[in-house]
Amino acid sequence: MVKSKIKLQTKKLNVWYGNMHVVKDFTLKIPEKKITAVIGPSGCGKSTFLRSLNRMVELVPGARVSGEILLDGENIYDKDVDETEIRLRIGMVFQKPNPFPKSIYENVAYGLKVRGITEEKKLRLLVEESLKKVGLWEEVRDRLNRSALELSGGQQQRLCIARALAVKPEVILMDEPCSSLDPIATAKIEDLLFELKKDYTIVIVTHNLQQAARVSDYTAFMYAGKLIEHGRTEEIFERPKNKITQDYITGRFG
Amino acid sequence: MKLGTRKKLSEQLEDLKSKTMEMGALASTAVEKAVESLVKRNVRLAKKVIKEDDKIDDLEFEIENNCMHVIALQQPVAKDLRTIGTCLKIITDLERVGDRAVDIANITIEMAGRAPVKPLVDIPRMAELAVGMLRDSMRAFKEGNSSLAFELGKRDDEVDRLAHQVTRELFSYLVEDPKKISDAVRLMLVASFLERIADHATNIGERVIYMEKGERVRIN
Repeated sequence: MVKSKIKLQTKKLNVWYGNMHVVKDFTLKIPEKKITAVIGPSGCGKSTFLRSLNRMVELVPGARVSGEILLDGENIYDKDVDETEIRLRIGMVFQKPNPFPKSIYENVAYGLKVRGITEEKKLRLLVEESLKKVGLWEEVRDRLNRSALELSGGQQQRLCIARALAVKPEVILMDEPCSSLDPIATAKIEDLLFELKKDYTIVIVTHNLQQAARVSDYTAFMYAGKLIEHGRTEEIFERPKNKITQDYITGRFG
Repeated sequence: MKLGTRKKLSEQLEDLKSKTMEMGALASTAVEKAVESLVKRNVRLAKKVIKEDDKIDDLEFEIENNCMHVIALQQPVAKDLRTIGTCLKIITDLERVGDRAVDIANITIEMAGRAPVKPLVDIPRMAELAVGMLRDSMRAFKEGNSSLAFELGKRDDEVDRLAHQVTRELFSYLVEDPKKISDAVRLMLVASFLERIADHATNIGERVIYMEKGERVRIN
């Protein structure tokens, strides 16, 4: 089914919060430089699944993970793997834009500084490059030192994507990146996704089925912690094989 | 899991289906009446068929409009989307069936007042088969019955066979009596129109299979 090179792969992934079994035996292949959408009803474990892909789920007290997640064939949950390194390689963009209460410039430069880049000239260049990638450069080049919080919601979200891109990740995880944006800002992010997939592997969790249909190459439908169906997006939306998938995407559910 | 949400979309789909069924019924009747007018040399009936084709054309517009509205406003996917796509395709076939009925009715009018070329036997038989296929294709659509749709392929073969037979027979009349040429050619056209109508029924059957299973197949 998936013919491209596999960038990220989960094998029998299970996640618990205390006694709550949230992700169940989840086995999924995520192809390189493609967009994979994860859809499913609220509380089905999508966000937890996404957060397990860069070990952010470990930050939740009581969380426990079993199974494997292979990034280029290496298990990111192996003991000798540094989770900070993993989070640099697998970046994340959240539901609500969450810029740091700092200047626009500092928001993008932050991750680079953490990575040990201090040379001003190099920083400037990388910040500009990231802002250009998200189409924000022209809009903010004259006010890089103003607070990021002065930007509109859509601009803030693109800034957060620029911040994630600055450290040159290989995979970008997006958790409902457009849910707080208006249709125009949403369209800009969707256009941006098409640009980004030339260089990055993207996994997006969304409640907006039309968005999943519009932007993704592959769609995974998740229900009650389990992967119900996974395939090319046009297959899932035109002729889903599973009855539960059919009921969910046609809205006859709940 | 509780089902039955998206009431409005479900109602709109039901409405599309019932309008498409109505169009199917009108088209089937039109063919039946057109052939009856031909057999009984009934010009008045032929004129009625021609006039009533407007209803079929109007329904095609109406259904197409409704399909576009549902797509724009409800963003249907999966089987809902396939149902709408199927309606859009079916109405094109039905509109053409209506046009073929009009063509046959026009031939009734053109041939009126002249001695018949021959007693019509195979043409009414073809019409019966073609209309039967059309009605069953619409029943398959209504019931989502893919096996009924599948059988249409075989039935179409019988219509094709009869069409060849009619053509062969009419050729012999052509050769015998040059005065009969024009009407013999007209009857050949009728046979080919009926053959086309059976093809439209087969197309509808293929769309029903797509609607039900999501697979595009050729059944003939």
